[in-house]
This record gives sequence, structure tokens and C-alpha cells, in this order.
Amino acid sequence: MTNQLNEIEPLIKIRGLQFARGSRRIFDSIDMDIPRGQVTAVMGPSGTGKTTLLRLIGGQLKPHAGSIEVDGLEVPNLSTTALYQLRKRMGMLFQSGALLTDLTVFENVAFPIREHTQLPESLIRHLVLMKLHAVGLRGARDLMPSQLSGGMARRVALARALALDPMMIMYDEPFTGQDPISMGVLVRLIRSFNDALNLTSIIVSHDVHETAEIADLIYIIADGKIVGQGSPANLKNSESAWAKQFINAQADGPVPFHYPAPDYMTDLLRGHLC
Amino acid sequence: MLEHFQRLGNTVFDSLEKIGRGHIFFAQVLAGIPGLFWRPYLIVVQLYAVGVLSLTIIIVSGLFVGMVLGLQGYNTLVDFGATEALGAVVSLSLVRELGPVLTSLLFAGRAGSALTAEIGLMKATEQLSGMEMMAVNPLKRIIAPRLVAGVIAMPLLAAIFSAVGILGGYLVVVELLGVDAGSYWSQMQDKTDFIEDVSNGIIKSIVFGIVVTWIAVFEGYDCVPTSEGVSRATTRTVVHSSLATLGLDFILTAVMFSDL
Repeated sequence: MTNQLNEIEPLIKIRGLQFARGSRRIFDSIDMDIPRGQVTAVMGPSGTGKTTLLRLIGGQLKPHAGSIEVDGLEVPNLSTTALYQLRKRMGMLFQSGALLTDLTVFENVAFPIREHTQLPESLIRHLVLMKLHAVGLRGARDLMPSQLSGGMARRVALARALALDPMMIMYDEPFTGQDPISMGVLVRLIRSFNDALNLTSIIVSHDVHETAEIADLIYIIADGKIVGQGSPANLKNSESAWAKQFINAQADGPVPFHYPAPDYMTDLLRGHLC
Repeated sequence: MLEHFQRLGNTVFDSLEKIGRGHIFFAQVLAGIPGLFWRPYLIVVQLYAVGVLSLTIIIVSGLFVGMVLGLQGYNTLVDFGATEALGAVVSLSLVRELGPVLTSLLFAGRAGSALTAEIGLMKATEQLSGMEMMAVNPLKRIIAPRLVAGVIAMPLLAAIFSAVGILGGYLVVVELLGVDAGSYWSQMQDKTDFIEDVSNGIIKSIVFGIVVTWIAVFEGYDCVPTSEGVSRATTRTVVHSSLATLGLDFILTAVMFSDL
């Protein structure tokens, strides 16, 4: 019965989240549920705070108000030790890969295992090779991060994020700057890892098509609020002007093409008078 | 007018805030040092980076400083017929002052700037954030070994600087200018006191090692994570470390060698 409840209970519950940088409001009381075992995408125009949301979930930033609960734990209230314990069960894939540049691919993947376990070297080798094999880069184990392409670096970072068998993975813009082949590989890997390892995945992205292809649930954030949510199919047919503009990549709409500025004619005439 | 005062006030508050952050940072790094006893290899790797790789510049500089000291000392003392005292002049200048101070200045330029740039780039490329998300504290894993290595390396480098300088002085004074080797060494032995001179020099170099490495790692960790931010932080490391070295040297000298 308890297990069934756990299945229904979302892994991450966000309620009334408020966050601002200086005078700029990033989140204005948003509520969000990330269901267990599914791929949830958080989408929105650049600069809407999607990456900030991941940092809030990971406890790297503290919200100004509201609650962020991950697997029953209130993240902003956790002690450093408890937060680090929780992070061992979270994986995060940064946009740049964030590989340690002075370590080889093998050592990068072995890094969290060495830091958090006392496993013998032979077992670490097996684990690392298994993770690297899963992302297709077992042969690249001796390369340095500087020798990898952007797509390869992200796959190594993915192997590293999986190293401690986490319960969830957060992907920060995994598709940005990828060629179509790397993009396809990443899309497939994210979905298959989620299903095969029973993970919960959160993808922050603005690549509509790739993300819609693998997401079970999509949230669209704009102007500090959730402006659309639902399955990819539902959002395509959504009546929301925000969702329509974003999904159909329209230049103008609720997200204006022009940065806020004084009236065009007045602005031009003022220059003339000077 | 009011605007100027406001700007001045802001600058003062920003500086005070940064000094406060620097001290909290130092305390947090110190808390991470005990954990290094179980992982000494982390320190060894950094000792190589900040110590061994600084050897060339330290040895070459030490040699030339010693040679110049010998030459200038000879030109002054020869008029008084006191060239036998050159051994003491060279050794005391190096061991008390030039060894620790010049090593610290060179260390700030060579190793300090490298530390700031390395840590700053790690921050800019999200390596530090990535580590935090892997539940690894970068203050313990990245900063603490570098701070310890800097503090160990500085006195050793200063000792090497002084030793090579004394040899450089010997080359010029004895081999080139023909002063008696016996008087060069015996004057040095007679006038250089271990407690008064050598120990105080070592204490100075340890203090400089702590301050310079602290500034370097803090500037890297606290920098704005952009190319410009890292470049500014690196410059600040060299400038602040050099000024701190010279200022502290005066204070330490006043405490150690005078009745001030």
C-alpha cells in the first residue's frame, strides 16, 4: 500500500516558489509536480530561469519563498550533510558537460564512485566501463575532455551522472549546439535510460521538437509563471497564447519581439532634436 | 557631490563584504584540511604544480640576486677594506629579507596567478558546480589541497632561493672578484644566527605562503565566472599578494628585528 502511494506521490513537489535576482523576479509563486519514473520537460524562452529551477531543486540556490520537496525532503531546509546525502541520489547533466579537465574520461566517470565509496579498484573499473559502454564511449576511456566533441563530452557527463545509480537526473539544455546525429543519440539515451533504470528525468530545454519527442509531461515557463502544462499532444492543441507561440516558434506574441522601449516615433524624434 | 559619497560608501562596503567573505571562506577551507590526512596524494599533486614547477624561476632569480648582492656589496665594501664581510652581507640580506620577500613576489606571479586562473576557469566551466551536485565539496576537494601545498611550498622555495643566492654571491665574490673563500664562509657562519635570522626568515615565508595562497584561491573561487572576470581576478591576485607581502614584511621585520 505504501509502495503504491509512493508511486502516485510525485518525486518533486514545488509549491508557491518565489525567486528573484536583484529586482528581477524569476519565479512568481509557481507550483509544479514532477512525477516519478517519467520524463518531465521544463521549457520556455531563454532567460526565463529554467536552469535556475534546476539549481533550486539541487539546493545550490535557496528560494525566497515557497517549498521544494524532493522525495519527501524539504530541500531549502536541509543541513549541508543532509543535502549532500540527497545529492548522491541526484544526477545532473550540465550544459557544458562540466567534466573535470585534468582527468581522463575514465577518471571523470570514476570520480563520484571514488569520492563516495570504498570499492576495490577492479570493481570500479567494471562499473566505469559499464557506464561508458552504455553511452557508447568505452573506447574513449583514455581521452582527455579537451579531445572530445561537444556531444561526446555530454555523453561522458551522462555516464558520470549515472555512476552512483541515482533516482533522478536533471538535464540542463542537453541538446544545445548538437549536430543532428549527436542530438538523436542523446534523445534516445535520455529516454532509454529513464525507462531501463526506472529514473525520473527532468529536461530543461528550448528545443521543442526533440524534447516533445521524449517527454511525458511538459511545463512551459514564461515571465515567472507556468503558462502551459500537459502532455506534448495536449500542448500542441492548447488554446494558451503563450504555449502556441512557444510550440509553433512564432516571433511575436505574449513574449514580445521587441525589448521594452519607449515609443518608436518619439524615440526617433528625440534623437533629431538633440 | 552626494553621488560621490554614495559611490565611496558602496566601494567601502563592497570591500568590507569581500574581506568578510574571504575570512569565512578561509575558515571553511581550514575545516576541510583534516580530511586530507587520509588522501595525501591530493596535496602531492598540488605540491608539484605550485612548488616543483616554480623551481626554475626561483633558482634563476635567486642566483642573479645573490650575484648582484655580491657585486654591489663588493663595490661598497672594497673602499673600506671590509670585503671579508661579504659572506655575512649576502647571507643576512637573503635569509632575513630578500629570500622570503622575493620568493613570495615570484610565487604570487608564477603559482598564485596559475591557481586563481585554474580555479576561476573551473568555476566558469561549471566544474565546481558539477562537483557540488555530485555531493563533493569543492572547498575540501579542490581548495584545501591547494592551500596546504602553497603553505608547504613557500618556505621550501624561499630556502632554495636563499641557498642558491648564497652560491651566486660566492661565484661573484670569491671566484670572480678574488675575495678569500675562507673569510666568505666563516663570516657568514659567524654572523648568521639560526634563531634570530634563519628561523625568522622561515616564519616570514610561512606567513607569506599562507597569505599569498589564500588570496590566490579565494580570488579564483570568488571571481565572476566569465573570461573577463577570471582575468581581473588573476590580476587582483598578483597585485594584492604583492602588496600584502610587502606590508606584512614591514610588520614582521618590525616585530622580529627591531625594538619598535
